[in-house]
Amino acid sequence: MLESRLDPASDEARANETSMRGLVEELRTQTAAVAGRGAAGDAEAISRHRSRGKLPVRERIVRLLDPGAAFLELSPLAAGGMHDDAAPGAGIVTGIGPVEGRLCVIVANDATVKGGSYLPETVKKHLRAQEIALENRLPCLYLVDSGGAYLPLQAQVFPDRDHFGRIFYNQARMSAAGIPQVALVMGSCTAGGAYIPAMSDETVIVRGTGTIFLGGPPLVQAATGEVVSAEDLGGSAVHTRVSGVADHEALDDEHALAIARSIVRHLGRRPPTPPWERLAPRPPAVDALGADGSAASLYACVSADARRSVDVREVVARLVDGSELHEFKADFGETLVCGFAHIDGWPVGILANNGILFSSSALKGAHFIELAAQRRVPLVFLQNIAGFMVGREAEAGGIAKDGAKLVTAVASAEVPKLTVLIGGSFGAGNYAMAGRAYGPRFLWTWPNSRISVMGGRQAARVLSTVRGASLPGGAWASDVERDAFEAPILERYEAEGNPYYATARLWDDGIIDPLDTRRVLSMGIEAALEAPIAETRFGVFRM
Amino acid sequence: MRRLFIANRGEIARRIATSAVRLGVEPVLPATAGPGAVDLLDAAAVVAAAKASLADAVHPGYGFLAESPDLALAVIGAGLTWVGPSPEAIRSLGDKAAARTIARSVDVPVAAGEEPADQSDASLAAAAARIGYPVLVKPVAGGGGKGIRVVESEVELAAALATARREAGRAFGDERLLLERYVRDARHVEVQVLGDLHGSLVHLGDRDCSLQRRHQKLLEEAPAPGLAADLRAALWAAAVRLATAVGYANAGTCEFLVGGDGSFVFLEMNARLQVEHPVTELVLGRDLVADQLAIADGSRLDELGLTQAVVEERLVIGGHAVEVRLNAEDPAREFLPSAGRVVALRWPPGAAAFGPVGDARVRVDAGIAEGDEVGGRFDPLLAKLIAVGADRAEALARLGDALDGTEVLGLATNLAFLRRLVRLPVVLDGRARIETVEADEDVVAAARGDGGAEPPEWSWQTAAQALAGSAGPRGAWGGGWRSSGPAVVRLAASWGDGVVERSVMVEDELASAASPVALDGPVANVSVDGASVAFRVAPPPDLAAAAARAAATSPSGGAVAGVVRSPMPGMVVAVHVEPGAVLAPGDPIATVEAMKMEHVVRAPGPALVQSVLVRQGDQVERGRVLARLAPVQGPGTPS
Repeated sequence: MLESRLDPASDEARANETSMRGLVEELRTQTAAVAGRGAAGDAEAISRHRSRGKLPVRERIVRLLDPGAAFLELSPLAAGGMHDDAAPGAGIVTGIGPVEGRLCVIVANDATVKGGSYLPETVKKHLRAQEIALENRLPCLYLVDSGGAYLPLQAQVFPDRDHFGRIFYNQARMSAAGIPQVALVMGSCTAGGAYIPAMSDETVIVRGTGTIFLGGPPLVQAATGEVVSAEDLGGSAVHTRVSGVADHEALDDEHALAIARSIVRHLGRRPPTPPWERLAPRPPAVDALGADGSAASLYACVSADARRSVDVREVVARLVDGSELHEFKADFGETLVCGFAHIDGWPVGILANNGILFSSSALKGAHFIELAAQRRVPLVFLQNIAGFMVGREAEAGGIAKDGAKLVTAVASAEVPKLTVLIGGSFGAGNYAMAGRAYGPRFLWTWPNSRISVMGGRQAARVLSTVRGASLPGGAWASDVERDAFEAPILERYEAEGNPYYATARLWDDGIIDPLDTRRVLSMGIEAALEAPIAETRFGVFRM
Repeated sequence: MRRLFIANRGEIARRIATSAVRLGVEPVLPATAGPGAVDLLDAAAVVAAAKASLADAVHPGYGFLAESPDLALAVIGAGLTWVGPSPEAIRSLGDKAAARTIARSVDVPVAAGEEPADQSDASLAAAAARIGYPVLVKPVAGGGGKGIRVVESEVELAAALATARREAGRAFGDERLLLERYVRDARHVEVQVLGDLHGSLVHLGDRDCSLQRRHQKLLEEAPAPGLAADLRAALWAAAVRLATAVGYANAGTCEFLVGGDGSFVFLEMNARLQVEHPVTELVLGRDLVADQLAIADGSRLDELGLTQAVVEERLVIGGHAVEVRLNAEDPAREFLPSAGRVVALRWPPGAAAFGPVGDARVRVDAGIAEGDEVGGRFDPLLAKLIAVGADRAEALARLGDALDGTEVLGLATNLAFLRRLVRLPVVLDGRARIETVEADEDVVAAARGDGGAEPPEWSWQTAAQALAGSAGPRGAWGGGWRSSGPAVVRLAASWGDGVVERSVMVEDELASAASPVALDGPVANVSVDGASVAFRVAPPPDLAAAAARAAATSPSGGAVAGVVRSPMPGMVVAVHVEPGAVLAPGDPIATVEAMKMEHVVRAPGPALVQSVLVRQGDQVERGRVLARLAPVQGPGTPS
């Protein structure tokens, strides 16, 4: 059992707490600006949307989900600060929630954002939701209300492998894999968009607002001279009675959602059978809220000063059931804390950075991942990593091959991996700790996190050192000149390493309040368990 | 008297028991539900239960039973002490025609009225014509407003007679009716009397009970406001004469109608203590139940310190008391009784119960406790709130505060209405008449409520905060949690005649610390200005309901226009509609038979039949148009 050694009354704890509180406050403000939309007609676009008898996207979702159910929304801040900040959430809401008791992936267009059309981030967000559905075998419910690809940016959304066409490819592949694909046409489905319902296993269309056509009335008139209304061209009557493109006609949004729930009710179910039992959830013994004042809150466990750090066990103690960690090799490779624990009753193997990775830490991590893979226990990575040790001694000691062992283990492990960036995520440390490229089932970040190939300070110094060597005299004339050279580099790294910059570009599944970490990990594991856990075959470990 | 059997339940029983205990008499309360329950409407059963409980006296309470001469006879016959007037007095006062004759004999004016021996419609109509319209039709037996009808003109008479007979027959087993001149602008003023077994009798002042709904009292006060001194004295004297004439003992009440012109007529005398007795108690500083018990035990009025002079002195300095009846009823729906569980209950701070008031000068006589089921089986009265003040304004202000400090959560009550009522000018100015509750615009509006389309914003938030914790699946996937901000729960509130739904973002800060909310399983009851509004997590959209609602509320009325075609070749064996018929979804239009199978063609949605193009016996091919439909506008508006 882990005990807290952090004094809640210490200056350090209080400074940390204050700093994190501010960051969480900012996160709430930013999220409210996006997710607050759709709460009772607060924008002109939404009231226009409502006046057509259409429900705002989040109103659709809350009715589709089981009453009172949670919704694990993915990347709500996608496209933040992009496209003149005019594409909140990239115009699409995706997430996981229970429908008729079954976890489903919901992909819902927000037609109040650029008509629901697909910007590059919209495509990426849609594909990421499908990827989650595929990896975790979750039924997909598409709430379609979209004008299709965003034409001004067609070059960034249409032609490439992971562009618009991939959506339908995924639908076909998932359908083939027995992952149900259900579409609700609750607005336009034009051109490429028409394939979402057409490629679905079962499709609902709303009378009066839902339309499906490859070419809309203007295009038809231009192409053939035929004058036809949208309803006659691709309305619910045509598609449910004549063309057969849709299967169920709904009288309005709410009716469509009721039909969708009925469809899910009849999907049938193959309950997952994890190779172990879920225990009764227990809260951490060390209260993450710090409510009674005996222990510092989780917020206080994250150093406000990036150059200092708090023992990561303080974080683990506030995440795991009963604050109990069965720690592995506690005295070996101490900069990587490894151990088995339970989160909300689910067994997990935890890898948490507690400093720079050395050879020993990497070897320990690889060993631990082998254990978890063999036991088929999900892995949780808590990233706060400046990178691997550099220098002559480290290189001579084979840090590259030992690091590679950890990277190989992470890449090969078939157990569900869930990653949380609780601090820095730099360089090869990102790879070794299941960064986005290593296929974790989910990846969330804390609002204090930073991600880049190396820290801004190091990058600036590396570049200024290289540049200095090429200057006349082989060095900077003064520190002032060198600082002036470094400043824009630092600024750029700070901007691009910022979690909002990252999440806007879908490098993660969202920024979370650290206090929600336990819950999202539990949700992620439960979602992951909808897919069977395959046997792991590791790649060659360079010895 | 040692053991007192109280043949009543609820608030009444507790009121009587409280005084009995104060006097050192042991109260016996019969079970009224479950095994061993006593049927309080069966005199023999009541007496048997009283004997079995070794009681030596029976108090009938102040409900229907108290005016049963049979019960009084049975009690006395069994050798027990009867706390009430003699069976003879009960009987003669219980028959309204007889009571009227007695009143006339002692110069107490009665409403010009007739009780024709010939109860035919024609005879009653003739009597009504003699009296002059408007007339009041009343059952000869009974009381409590049952079967009483105001008839404005001859046209309405026959229907009113039929209804009144039916109600009278059902309620009292006696269909006889009497007719009275209806007094306009009338106030209901009554005089409390108390007589001993030794021939002494005093009045205890007057009360005004004009605020009534459906002929049942809602607000009562003592003394009656704004009565001229000579009129008041005349009422007192009339009551004393009348009671003396029947040799009345124990507590009773003479009810009068006082017209706008200051005239008055005798209505009836209730041979029992009345629900509104606390206002008289608080003005006089007496315990009338204790007095009843003492009188039944043989005490003389003067031994009890009750001389007329003392009473009248006390009435001058006693101040003013006002009582309201907190009922399980919905003022917005014509005061229809409501049912439900009392989930939470709050009484005003410092309120006394069933007896003398303390510094708060407020008394609550309540028959309910938290957890009680209140149903339509019994009287809707939940509690009485009584406030006393140096004058009327003070008493009403105090009562307003007391009502603000009261909460009943879990069922519809008239609390919100009462809070508004005691602050309306018509009440503050003492202008209330018998019609006021039903006719005064302010009062009608107060009863209807503010009529907002939805419960107020804060109440949704309050309910959401109370419900969020338990909403949805257990564990991580519950509570309406969102990774994108505050939790969201969709709630349904019972509001007006229907249910309104809303998605609520659950805030961290408490919506309103002052607004009471009580959880009852899946329901959060929130007090909205005194009205208990039930919130719950909204059920998911229901297929059938969503379709029906969509059909009714979509801009086109969900209505279907177009043609109905035969789904198969065959013979039309029946046509179910004619042009002009309005169809609901699923209504049959025609039946087509083919291959010995009948197929009913039904309306796809609400529609008006424009034309029918086939007749029974027609052979039709597949796709043949059977009827043309036009859209009809559905009821309701989009929500």
